Amino acid sequence: MVIPSGTHRTVNAPAPRLALDGISRQYGSVIALAAASLSVERGEVHALLGENGAGKSTLMKIVYGLEQPDGGTMRVDGVITQVRSPRDAMRQGIGMVQQHFALVDALTVAENVALGGSGSLDLRATRARIREISADAGLSIDPDARVSSLAVGAQQRVEIVKALSRDVTMLILDEPTAVLAPQEATELLAWTRRFAAGGGTVILIAHKLREVLSVADRITVLRKGRTVYTSRATDATESMLADAMLGAAGVVLPDPVAGATTARATTARTPAGPAAETAAKTAAKTAAKTAVETAARTTGSSTARVGDVLVLSNVSITDGQGVQRVRDASVTVRSGEILGVAAVEGAGQHELLRVMAGRTAPTHGSVTLPSDVGFAPEDRHRDAIVLDATLTENVALKGAGRRQGIMHWNAFRDATRTLMHTRDVRASDEAAVMQTLSGGNQQKLVLGRELADAPAVLVVENPTRGLDIRATADVHAALRSARDQGTAVIVYSSDLDEVLALADRVIVVAAGRVREVPADRESVGRAMLVVTG
Amino acid sequence: MLRITRLVLDPLLAGVLSLVVLAALLAVSGYPVADSLSALWRGAFGSWSVIASGTVVRATPLLFAGLAVAIAFRAGVLNIGAEGQLLIGAAAATAAAMLVPPSLGLAGAVFVLLAGAVAGGVWASIAAVLRLRFGVLEVISTIMLNVIALNVTGLLVRGPLQEPTRVFPQSALIDQALRLPRLVPGTRLHLGVALAVCSALGLAWFLRYTASGFRLRMTGANAAAAASAGGIDVPRVLLTALITSGAIAGLGGAVEVSGVTYALYENLSPGYGYTAIAVALLARLNPASAIGSALVFGALEAGASAMQRDAQVPAGMVGVVEASVILVLLASEWLGGRVRVRRSLNRGGTPLAETARSAQTTA
Repeated sequence: MVIPSGTHRTVNAPAPRLALDGISRQYGSVIALAAASLSVERGEVHALLGENGAGKSTLMKIVYGLEQPDGGTMRVDGVITQVRSPRDAMRQGIGMVQQHFALVDALTVAENVALGGSGSLDLRATRARIREISADAGLSIDPDARVSSLAVGAQQRVEIVKALSRDVTMLILDEPTAVLAPQEATELLAWTRRFAAGGGTVILIAHKLREVLSVADRITVLRKGRTVYTSRATDATESMLADAMLGAAGVVLPDPVAGATTARATTARTPAGPAAETAAKTAAKTAAKTAVETAARTTGSSTARVGDVLVLSNVSITDGQGVQRVRDASVTVRSGEILGVAAVEGAGQHELLRVMAGRTAPTHGSVTLPSDVGFAPEDRHRDAIVLDATLTENVALKGAGRRQGIMHWNAFRDATRTLMHTRDVRASDEAAVMQTLSGGNQQKLVLGRELADAPAVLVVENPTRGLDIRATADVHAALRSARDQGTAVIVYSSDLDEVLALADRVIVVAAGRVREVPADRESVGRAMLVVTG
Repeated sequence: MLRITRLVLDPLLAGVLSLVVLAALLAVSGYPVADSLSALWRGAFGSWSVIASGTVVRATPLLFAGLAVAIAFRAGVLNIGAEGQLLIGAAAATAAAMLVPPSLGLAGAVFVLLAGAVAGGVWASIAAVLRLRFGVLEVISTIMLNVIALNVTGLLVRGPLQEPTRVFPQSALIDQALRLPRLVPGTRLHLGVALAVCSALGLAWFLRYTASGFRLRMTGANAAAAASAGGIDVPRVLLTALITSGAIAGLGGAVEVSGVTYALYENLSPGYGYTAIAVALLARLNPASAIGSALVFGALEAGASAMQRDAQVPAGMVGVVEASVILVLLASEWLGGRVRVRRSLNRGGTPLAETARSAQTTA
């Protein structure tokens, strides 16, 4: 459970391949890592687990030299090491395959592997080396294939071979199976075992507990930037891991955003006694009850529309790469409720939300949607607003595809002014360029625009990402008030606490499967992590 | 107010700047600076007739082609093919003029112009199809189509459209009745000049006040948001913009034939379609401002001929000046943080294909 600090190593025992101690990293006011530790032995597959935002990726980026820690020590083979860049890491035999591959599409496999190598370019030798490595590793790859023609699984093999060709002996894989079909995932995990058996070391950032238990030698769990659990895989169960990732069951935080880190950290370090736990649980129940009552009351008093407004039946979605992202999902959303969507990264929620928002059609199954669906996608700057355009133009953007004839700018200007007033959008005036607004004001404008005609359904995705506490509270209030006006609001957030704070009901997307679960942290957290069936 | 100052001031600034650059170039190359510049001035603004028959007439095809470039760039389509579209428009207009009975009069002249516009649009649609069906970047395809258009024109003036004596590589003169009337007697100022100015103002109005113009601007500014938040059919907008752009350039070619040359020549265009990119950029892709920037470049080119004649300075030097002005303006744009032009340029490279793709997936 507790990690050896590493300072009192006995002389005889071999040093761990990698030992991290007390690593911290802070971005502005956000603490990504607070005293994270990790010890990885040579020849093992070590799984690193944690919720979204627990700090897994940040920690691994530090190991790979993409980020610099604010504090703590890193030892490679027992020697204190500072890794300033991926090139430095590579010199230590450390490689990393990130979720977004670093390959040049237009080049061949051999050219990609040669790229970034040292010395003169000898493609013939590179090709031979690739054949040799891929034969040894059992990773089938054609060195002459163009990367753009390869499926995701094959591109991932290219990344691995690229690392191996640089004599990497410790490979970090960031959620490698998230993008793979089941068969490919099995093959990849089998490879990690072979690599470890040959003396290599693998650090696997992962979400799927079953997968982790089947492949890893040891497991470390991070929660809110701290190492909270480490053990041999044989000593762990899905349930234990889920507890470690989610924290003590039933603990409710005063506010989903502010103070989360401190509250959770305290619980983690000094496990609450039975009395404290009971108190916390009671408090949680009371809070939940009050919330439900409040919701019921406000809904009752408003002119809520009755009935189901959005119905998905047996919906399956296959993405452009041919990977099935959502399988046989059936969801019903009623007006006047907030449906929370919880999922780990890449579980299929991205695709599901776009079908719910009417932005894409499902591959199979039927969708019943109202004609008016508001949508606030997570990548605001790319998908929701035009940064170079004025506020008025951004407001006018909605429905632009169907508009005919002349633009009635006076009407749009008035609408924008009204919207700025009612949604508290702070800008010099309606002719201000979108770019000059803060993220919070941009988001408020987007929500205001999408809610302007009181749509039957509103889909929002990570609605408060990048916003400060005040803007977050405003956005939450806007979503609740839309719900109270009778709109069916669908909220996805990668922050589970945010989903729970807002949702009346919760559905969980896990490995493409969708099911409704009770709206409490433990049930949702488990459903996200423990994949059943 | 800001708008008016920009409309006048920017081209003026560009004019002054180009004179400074030119003076430096002349000095370095050992030409008499004062004499050369005064020849340039006389050639561009020496008298009312020089202004009307030289500068303004020269600016007209630049304005048409500049509008073509501006409208495409505003949609995020990097049409570098105004040159080819203009030539094909000129060729089609000539062919139409040979077919139309002169007795039709004004209707015939209108038909000739329409033929040019349609042909320019069709020529551009080749690039549009290549782009939407096969993902070929229009930057590449339109440049290639320029070369093809030039050779097609060469073939026509030595074959089907060659003048009756079959001596010169040019077409016969088009009939008097099909030529554009002169606006001011005694000058070469023709009706096409007015048409160009009206097109510029009309396009400015279109972009600002119509739903289609708004769709075009939003698609160019952020295609992903246009598709996702606006429900805009992005591939369709791109297609329409490119074809419209080609049609405007083609109209420019037709106007050049029926207003100035009255015949098709292989070297009808001294690179109007390329200078047009400079015209559009200097106008910050604003159609109304393009009137001013076309005049600046028209003056430079009209003056260049005089400079070559009177001071033996190679006219090509003006090309260097034009390019330097664009570079300086782009740099100042960048330094001043006014990013519109730069952005639309940046978006162009790969991103167009990307935007089309993302639009297709979102649609």
